[in-house]
Amino acid sequence: MKIPYYPGCTLHERARDFDVSAKECAKALGVELEELPIWTCCGAVYPLVTDSVMDVLAGVRNLSYASRLGDKVVTLCSFCYNVLKRSNNVMRGNKDKRDKANLFLRADTEARERIPSYTHEDYEGQVEVLHYIEMLRDVVGYDRVAEAVTKKLEGLKVAPYYGCMLLRPAKEMKFDDPEQPTIFEEFLEALGCDVVDFPMKTECCGGFQVVKDEDLAASCSQNVVVSAVKRDADVIVTTCPLCRYNLDRHQDKMAEEVKGFRKLPVIYFTQLLGIALGVDKEHLDFSDNTVDPRPVLAEKSLI
Amino acid sequence: MEERIGVFVCHCGTNIAATVDVKRVAEELAGYPGVAFSTDYTYMCSDPGQNMVKDAIKEHDLTGVIVAACSPTLHEATFRRAGTAAGMNPYQVEISNIREQCSWVHQGDKDAATDKAIRTIKVMIEKARLDEALDPISVPMTPRALVVGGGIAGIQAALDIANAGHEVVLVEKEASIGGHMAQLSETFPTLDCSQCIMTPKMVEVAQHPKVTLLTYSEVDDVSGYVGNFKVKVRKKASYVNRDVCTGCGLCSEKCPAKAPSEFDEGLAERPAIYTPFPQAVPNKPVLDASHCTWFLKDGKCGVCAKVCPLDCIDYEQQDEFVEYEVGAIVVATGYDLYPIENMGEYGGGKYPDVVTSLQFERMLSASGPTGGEVRRPSDGEIPKEVVFLTCCGSRDPESHLPYCSKVCCMYLTKHAMLYKHNVHEGQAYVFYMDVRTGGKGYEEFYTRAAEEDDVLYIRGKVSKIFEEDGKVMVWGVDTLSGKKIEIAADMAVLGLATVPNAAARDLANMLKIHQNEWGFLSEAHPKLRPVESLAPGFYIAGAAQGPKDIPESVAQASGAASKVAALFAEKEYHREPIIANIDEDTCAGCRVCVSVCPYDAAEFDEEKKVAHIKEAICEGCGACIAACPSGSATQKNLTDDQLYKMVSAALEG
Repeated sequence: MKIPYYPGCTLHERARDFDVSAKECAKALGVELEELPIWTCCGAVYPLVTDSVMDVLAGVRNLSYASRLGDKVVTLCSFCYNVLKRSNNVMRGNKDKRDKANLFLRADTEARERIPSYTHEDYEGQVEVLHYIEMLRDVVGYDRVAEAVTKKLEGLKVAPYYGCMLLRPAKEMKFDDPEQPTIFEEFLEALGCDVVDFPMKTECCGGFQVVKDEDLAASCSQNVVVSAVKRDADVIVTTCPLCRYNLDRHQDKMAEEVKGFRKLPVIYFTQLLGIALGVDKEHLDFSDNTVDPRPVLAEKSLI
Repeated sequence: MEERIGVFVCHCGTNIAATVDVKRVAEELAGYPGVAFSTDYTYMCSDPGQNMVKDAIKEHDLTGVIVAACSPTLHEATFRRAGTAAGMNPYQVEISNIREQCSWVHQGDKDAATDKAIRTIKVMIEKARLDEALDPISVPMTPRALVVGGGIAGIQAALDIANAGHEVVLVEKEASIGGHMAQLSETFPTLDCSQCIMTPKMVEVAQHPKVTLLTYSEVDDVSGYVGNFKVKVRKKASYVNRDVCTGCGLCSEKCPAKAPSEFDEGLAERPAIYTPFPQAVPNKPVLDASHCTWFLKDGKCGVCAKVCPLDCIDYEQQDEFVEYEVGAIVVATGYDLYPIENMGEYGGGKYPDVVTSLQFERMLSASGPTGGEVRRPSDGEIPKEVVFLTCCGSRDPESHLPYCSKVCCMYLTKHAMLYKHNVHEGQAYVFYMDVRTGGKGYEEFYTRAAEEDDVLYIRGKVSKIFEEDGKVMVWGVDTLSGKKIEIAADMAVLGLATVPNAAARDLANMLKIHQNEWGFLSEAHPKLRPVESLAPGFYIAGAAQGPKDIPESVAQASGAASKVAALFAEKEYHREPIIANIDEDTCAGCRVCVSVCPYDAAEFDEEKKVAHIKEAICEGCGACIAACPSGSATQKNLTDDQLYKMVSAALEG
């Protein structure tokens, strides 16, 4: 089964470990993630202004490319997922903006050169934007994921971290219950992990604030990590490169500030899936982590 | 027969006369075909004015009367009475509105206003020429009422109707009457013990010679119409012969199976065979088969049957149906709390120390699971800091419900106060959006809580509650200081929104009582007919109609009861005869009328293969008349012929 895949910029730069592990896991589950032949940045944040069509164009353009390949598009980064899904909602629900956006798409000569099947059809929002974890649940099925597990992650205490972008705004994202989501927990149960429920799983990591005010991002992340440490987690798993960055990179500071702090590795959920599915370890790169997850994974005999 | 119509043009002081040339109106219409008499007068509704109408009817032997005056909602009844007194059929007396719809809106253009008044009256003359003499519809009245719901509203309505001398059938779905009020500890703003004022009423209604009390029963079917309803009530199998049972309690005492107590809101357990609470009325048990070992394990157990000294236990018992004829139905089905599980941001249903307001009532109640001591559910410790949250689900259109639940500000104030009386060294916090204290003594009560009992009121919403180190951490904001607030509390009490009782929606649908989009029953008029439903014979009382406190529920119940008593005062019920009629000769039997009638008044006669209208139910809305493809359905005194001539008169010239 082939599913169009939109990686987004970070997955080709800082988060190669996320991109590679995700593709390999998909392969092990019988899914080929077909990367869009051309794609651009999604726009990175969904615009707060409501009267401009320019701000959703980047997302719409990528969705239009995806529509030439299939009826779905899978993405991994929570920000990309948020922007693409909401841009798609605009194309589905706002005729005025849809018509304007399509005027721009018609002028896209590059697409015609690079995508053989590209035609002049307007894009109407027909593509379904899926997060990779939704693909696992709804396309592959958690039961099939569980069947494909070759190494049960028993005894590994995993704290699933959602952050905000998957869940909010809930009425637009329709991803899960924004207050008490469970999609991540059910996934981890399929892998045989001990799920650590921690109340900060849906709080913000600090997001892009890290660029402007590192202390603010650090304090947001600290709130999340300390909560998971208190509940005796072995690792935190995330779905987002920026969450990974914020939670992982600020732990030296946390160790200074919080008495009795224990450093907690933060890894991508696809890396954990890779271990469970027995994916070749060359595709599971943990070298970019500030807090090295390998000791705890080795301790549990998982790598 | 030649029509002889009288036209009476009212000046209404200067209300009409200043804008409409009333003399010219009367003079011009005197020459209109069919008009036998035409005059004007300063105040037609005054005694001399009415006498002028009566005299003219007799003197000119009038067949129709048009009073050109104010809106028919004001004086149609007045002039119809006058017509009747003079020997005319009241339905041949018509009002032409030349005040609200003419003089008041056309001031400054007397000629045009006068022309319009003449035209308006001509329209009604055309109608009156073809008006038939009609008799009011009379239907027999069964002076017995059905009251659905045995909470305070239902009990009050039943008692008031019974005390007016009429029979009442009171149906309650639970094993005991009492409703939510029986669960409450004290009541605001007087701190009366709720059970102390409730249980005497429960006993009174159960012992009233005019009241038939059916507990553990539900209304299964209702047919008929005002004065003549047939009601089928299902007495649910209780597996106890409750007629013989003396309520000795041996069965409950020995029963080995346990289930969460509904009355204690899950804070305690009850046996599978149980009376909901010690003061239950009737004080006789029912057996809950879903938790009973006998039913779950194929006849193993049977302890209750063994210990019952009177052989009341009957595992084979089936639901039983009883039927009643009643003339009126009062719906008092009450409320539920908005499910605590819906408050995910507060960990509702997840954290044991985040409790509902009704659970807290049970904790405060002397008859409750903690004997009136406030102890938190997780470990039974006395909580030193308790946070009370108003508007949990209410006033939150984005995520929950848009409306104000009205009672939460007050009961949470009461909770905080009683908690402080209970735990002197404790601290109570109330997060609020506004403290709404609209009621006698309510504001004083709130002030007392804040000033004398040191309840700390924080204006702001709570964003999140979570467990941390054995505490419930409450994150909120104080919008007056603009500061974020974090409280490590021992317990949080959610003032959950009130929603209509879950079972009430099906009942309301069956009775065809309109509900608003949240399921609260709709009254006939939001201000002037607050206890009646639009359909005749149905009355509403209590929180089923909207969130309300005890005194309001009682007042509304008494209001509904007095309406029922007034309905029962006459042996027959009279209705306006301006309703639909179906011409059997031309009816093709297509049944379109049956499908469009919102009142179930159009009925198909299987023998004659034609439709007919049940006169007692038809509201004269006209839906069938518009829908009938053969023109067989007509409105009495508003026939197609009449309407055509009226429109022609309006457009003429």
